[in-house]
Amino acid sequence: MFDTSLTVADLMFLARGAGVTLLVTAIAVVLGTLLGIAFGIFRYQVGAVWAAPLTFVLDIFRSIPLLIQLVLANAFMGMVLRWQLSGFTVACAVLTMYTAAFCAEIVRGGIEAVPLTIRRASRSLGMTWRQDMASIVVPLATRVALPSWIGLALGVMKDSALVYVVQVTELLKSTQILITRLQEPLFLLMICGAFYFLISFPLARLGGYLERRWTND
Amino acid sequence: MIEIENVRKSFGSLEVLKGIDLTVNKGEVLTVIGGSGSGKSTLLTCINGLEPINGGRIVVDGIEVHAKSTDLNKLRQKIGIVFQQFNAFPHLTVLENVTLAPRKVLGMSKAQAEEIAVRQLTHVGLGDKLGVYPTRMSGGQQQRMAIARALAMSPSYMLFDEVTSALDPMLVGEVLDTLRMLASEGMTMICVTHEMKFAREVSDRVAFFHKGVMAEIAPPAELFGAPKDPELQKFLAATH
Repeated sequence: MFDTSLTVADLMFLARGAGVTLLVTAIAVVLGTLLGIAFGIFRYQVGAVWAAPLTFVLDIFRSIPLLIQLVLANAFMGMVLRWQLSGFTVACAVLTMYTAAFCAEIVRGGIEAVPLTIRRASRSLGMTWRQDMASIVVPLATRVALPSWIGLALGVMKDSALVYVVQVTELLKSTQILITRLQEPLFLLMICGAFYFLISFPLARLGGYLERRWTND
Repeated sequence: MIEIENVRKSFGSLEVLKGIDLTVNKGEVLTVIGGSGSGKSTLLTCINGLEPINGGRIVVDGIEVHAKSTDLNKLRQKIGIVFQQFNAFPHLTVLENVTLAPRKVLGMSKAQAEEIAVRQLTHVGLGDKLGVYPTRMSGGQQQRMAIARALAMSPSYMLFDEVTSALDPMLVGEVLDTLRMLASEGMTMICVTHEMKFAREVSDRVAFFHKGVMAEIAPPAELFGAPKDPELQKFLAATH
């Protein structure tokens, strides 16, 4: 097993794949979270009826397998809209919406977890809706939503493996290329898994750290 | 001056305030007593515009609370309210709880707000709890913090909505002492309460609410000594 033909150059190739995974994930999680916050607040503020069209669209992104979304979005943007987009752009766009759809629910749940009586107290001190949101609701909702959000971010990172269908060579695709050439699937998948672990671990630990810090309140 | 004229308020088909007329003068301490569901707490949340009303009007220092043109956030700065639940902001320390609104709403500097907060917290006996998180304190301490938080906005009026009802009997005294202190300092207050002894002691006038109507209002000696309304007589007989 340790008699491998893997070279340093191959390892660098894998590292570049890991870089792409990290980049796609970072873009999708950052943009998706911002969008998700906006969607979540909107859904909470306007109520279920007025938010129904948005909820419906988000439900589509939440319920259709990501693989299908990627293939269909790629075909739609390229063949129907005739946009000249790179696979990377399509991958980021789809993953962003996918993240936003889940994040909106997490945000809505977080806001609902803030007791209305506390919000009344802050408004009764003369704070505006905006000030109440910024100083009371967001900090409290974040504490509630953080574990789910960490889970979402880690999930999106692993799901990003699917963007190979739009010709983006991320970590798993890079591994498969090497497997085809070197014929050492188990060894290469182990390395690939180690890369995924290295990417996830800091995020998971950051979540744990923040939770511990906030329970001191 | 708080002027309440023929105020009506319904929750759905349930009318909880059926035309209340009441004037509270500057420096006056008014306590409101009555059974649960009598509408007394609802009246307080209407006075600072947390609840809309269905009829009549409430005027505070010449400003109509529920008029469209009224800047409620501005009006609320002069009407402090403390609720039955303590409503501490759990992610902020005691000091931060009290400095938040002066900084955000009044635009005070941190130092300025802290000076006021320390003064108010010391006033209610929490001068040694500045850096503590509210969840580490007793209910009575949290409630006193809520009072200091409202006072830090230098309100002209204070509304107290059954502020001792959620407290251990052991802790009621310390909160009532704080209210007594405020009353003796000349703060204009409306206290909704079930503490009859307290009402008798501190009030200039006591109002009795029953089923959305203000059935009787009189100075405490008169209201407790010679109640006229039959419902009030029943209520006092039951609570004594």
